[in-house]
Amino acid sequence: MISLDINGKAYQVDVGPDVPLLWVIREHLKLTGTKFGCGIGACGSCTVHLDGKAVRSCQTPVSSAAGRKITTIEGLGETHPVVKAWIKEQVPQCGYCQSGQIMEAAALLASDPNPPESKIKSTMNGNICRCGTYPRILKAIKTAAKEGKRP
Amino acid sequence: MKNLTRREFLKTSLAGAGLTIAAAVTPGGIRLLSLAEAEQASFHPNAYLLIGADESVTVIVNKSEMGQGVYTSLPMIIADELEADWKQVRIAPAPAGAEYKDPVWGMQSTGGSTSIRHMHDALRKAGAAAREMLVIAAARNMQISTKDCLASNGTVRNVKTGKGLSYGKLVAEAAKLEVPQNPQLKKPNQLRYIGKDMARLDVPDKSMGKANFGIDTFVPNMLYATVSRPPQYGATAASFDKAAAEKVPGVRLVTEISRGIAICADSIDAAWKGKAALNIAWQNPAMAALSTATIEGDLVAKANDTGIVAASKGDATAALGTAAKKIQSFYLLPYLSHATMEPMNCTASVAADKCEVWAPTQNQGGVQTTAAKITGLTPEQVFVHTTFLGGGFGRRFEQDFVEEAVSLSKAAGRPVKLIWTREEDLQHDYYRPANYTRIEAGLDAKGRIVAWNHKIVCPSIFARVFPGTMKNGIDNAAVEGLPDFEYDVPNFRAEYVRIDLPVPVGFWRSVGASHNGFIIESFVDELAAAAGKDPLEFRLAHLKDHPRARRVLETAAKKAGWGKPPKLGQAMGIAYHLSFDSYVAHVAEASVDKATGRITVHRISTAVDCGSVINPDTVKAQMESGIIMGLSAALKEKMEFAKGGVKSQNFGDYELLRMEEIPEIDVDIVASGDKLGGIGEPGVPPTAPAVANAVFKATGVRLWNLPMTPETVKAAMAK
Repeated sequence: MISLDINGKAYQVDVGPDVPLLWVIREHLKLTGTKFGCGIGACGSCTVHLDGKAVRSCQTPVSSAAGRKITTIEGLGETHPVVKAWIKEQVPQCGYCQSGQIMEAAALLASDPNPPESKIKSTMNGNICRCGTYPRILKAIKTAAKEGKRP
Repeated sequence: MKNLTRREFLKTSLAGAGLTIAAAVTPGGIRLLSLAEAEQASFHPNAYLLIGADESVTVIVNKSEMGQGVYTSLPMIIADELEADWKQVRIAPAPAGAEYKDPVWGMQSTGGSTSIRHMHDALRKAGAAAREMLVIAAARNMQISTKDCLASNGTVRNVKTGKGLSYGKLVAEAAKLEVPQNPQLKKPNQLRYIGKDMARLDVPDKSMGKANFGIDTFVPNMLYATVSRPPQYGATAASFDKAAAEKVPGVRLVTEISRGIAICADSIDAAWKGKAALNIAWQNPAMAALSTATIEGDLVAKANDTGIVAASKGDATAALGTAAKKIQSFYLLPYLSHATMEPMNCTASVAADKCEVWAPTQNQGGVQTTAAKITGLTPEQVFVHTTFLGGGFGRRFEQDFVEEAVSLSKAAGRPVKLIWTREEDLQHDYYRPANYTRIEAGLDAKGRIVAWNHKIVCPSIFARVFPGTMKNGIDNAAVEGLPDFEYDVPNFRAEYVRIDLPVPVGFWRSVGASHNGFIIESFVDELAAAAGKDPLEFRLAHLKDHPRARRVLETAAKKAGWGKPPKLGQAMGIAYHLSFDSYVAHVAEASVDKATGRITVHRISTAVDCGSVINPDTVKAQMESGIIMGLSAALKEKMEFAKGGVKSQNFGDYELLRMEEIPEIDVDIVASGDKLGGIGEPGVPPTAPAVANAVFKATGVRLWNLPMTPETVKAAMAK
């Protein structure tokens, strides 16, 4: 049994230590907001936070996440400034990659509340969106940064 | 969930008593029906509107939501005529059934940028009929004339007293009335939602991880399935270690299917471990030497064949003989993958008397037929649940993933969730066809085009998908843009040469326009240069009879500042294309790093004329989306083949456009008020030529092949 702390809730899972965290989150625990895109860490659809840092859950063996703080898209909620900005800027189209995009953006703004455009772009470069919502992702991150500065 | 009949589905979709309007597009026009009439009708309605006593307004949508916004734009149309309170509007995805067929196509599917075009009139009428019925019900209730009633935002009011009754309070009475057949539609200035930027209904859930895609389906007692597929076209398994795979803990079934060896297991990780243990020896590839080079060689060689004439006017050969100047070019474009972010997947549950399928599909009718065929059940016994689609772009019109899930559920005797890996998805796609084109054109002494002789060598999509449309052997997708060629050329000839290769081909966003837009608009630019004319002026001079084309070109050019000196090192290129009844022009501003050959696209200024606009923000979003997918194809994408099969494996070697490579995008919507055009696809075709034309302007180097990678650009500049 492996103990996991996901979105502040404790879970016990009976899986092999090498199973990627992605599949444990999605298929064993049914937190399906986190998506499978490529399985090689090249698209970012599976991005979650491990102790506040954005990681590719398809490249994270479940055993290495044990005892650490895991946050998935379900853990952000509708009041999170990045989620609010995503809705305000009408970012998603098909929507499949957006959980990963939001988790990447949320980790960025948590570490740097006011990143320059070049840093937003380089940070988000690992997350693919086939619908091409990139211009709106960029806009939403700027919006979230601006909103975050308000008292 | 049980297998619902048409009536049961409508009942469960409607909370409490309510008013139902069905709209049926018949040869005699649009018929509007009550629920009782719809149940009895010999023909099938294509759209349903349900208004509940709880004030809810539910639109049953027969089109798939794959990012293009139909789960918002289709309800907008009905809600506008209904004068519904938008906060009460929701959608229910239609199940598969004859009553949900596309009224123009006679099949239940989503594609060709047609959802709004095909459904608009029926939805408008259904909404207007319901509004009129609610007004009559209110007038009776308040004992006033209908003339003194005004339906507005979910309430019918007495215009004299201001008193009103909400729709929910009126539906029981309204449902008893006869459905008017010719309700009064709103005038343009009365529209409440149509033409306004409306927030998408699916965006909040998609921003919180709550939207359910196909891969998010869970059915009690289900197994996970994966398939080991042949690495070469046509190859079959000579041997595989069934026992070793069966020994893997959690593996429940190892079986050979038409596309490889399948494993069903308790978890996806167990299924993959089982797959790794198979140790398959493959044999009998269709063409063991197949590679990118052999494919390109075959395409080029085939251009010597005489083609089938797809379009002809005047005498192109004779006019070429007397032209003052002749120009000839050759264009080679690659196979492209759809690469939807959600890999192919499907969940099926086959039982003795019914089959349920949960699928991210663009083709519910096809799913129903496919499952019925495999299970031996009737189509009515197959219930299709359409989930959100994590991208479609034409890929999800196909049935391969459905066939596999249904077959495996049948074989396992349990529900099965099949998930393809990214490698399977990329290597077993129905690709945008590779193609090769030769064009020869003649200019007269004044620099006008007098002759255009065009030959395209291209595999056929329609020969497999809709063979009935292959009139005279011509694939309409391969020759897209040629029979309706708009430039004024007195002597014009276009030939199609079909080539059959083992690589399967299918519909890829904008289909034939995705290649012919590039080819035509690149060549027009070459002709402008040969004539010594400005590319915009040259186009306008040859489009005298096409005001919509002229207007998008002029609008995009104005937006971009065409003719003004560009920023240092940058240059502008222009292109337009008519596809799916919409006109789109792009001006690209690009620069080329001469040391590396790397193209940077700084800005794209776009003008789109899709006739009438339903949701302007969605039109803009689809232009952005089409431009970025078009740029991805223009600059990066190419399927590579080797040793009889696909070489490209994953996003590491089939690269898509990323955040650091996007240009600024400015979209102008030209409100022509003309007939409705599509919007999901037409943004793609003019993108690559606008960039290639800008590169030519910046460097003097013409790029005839896609993608325009740094290596190919550098090689072209070195010549």
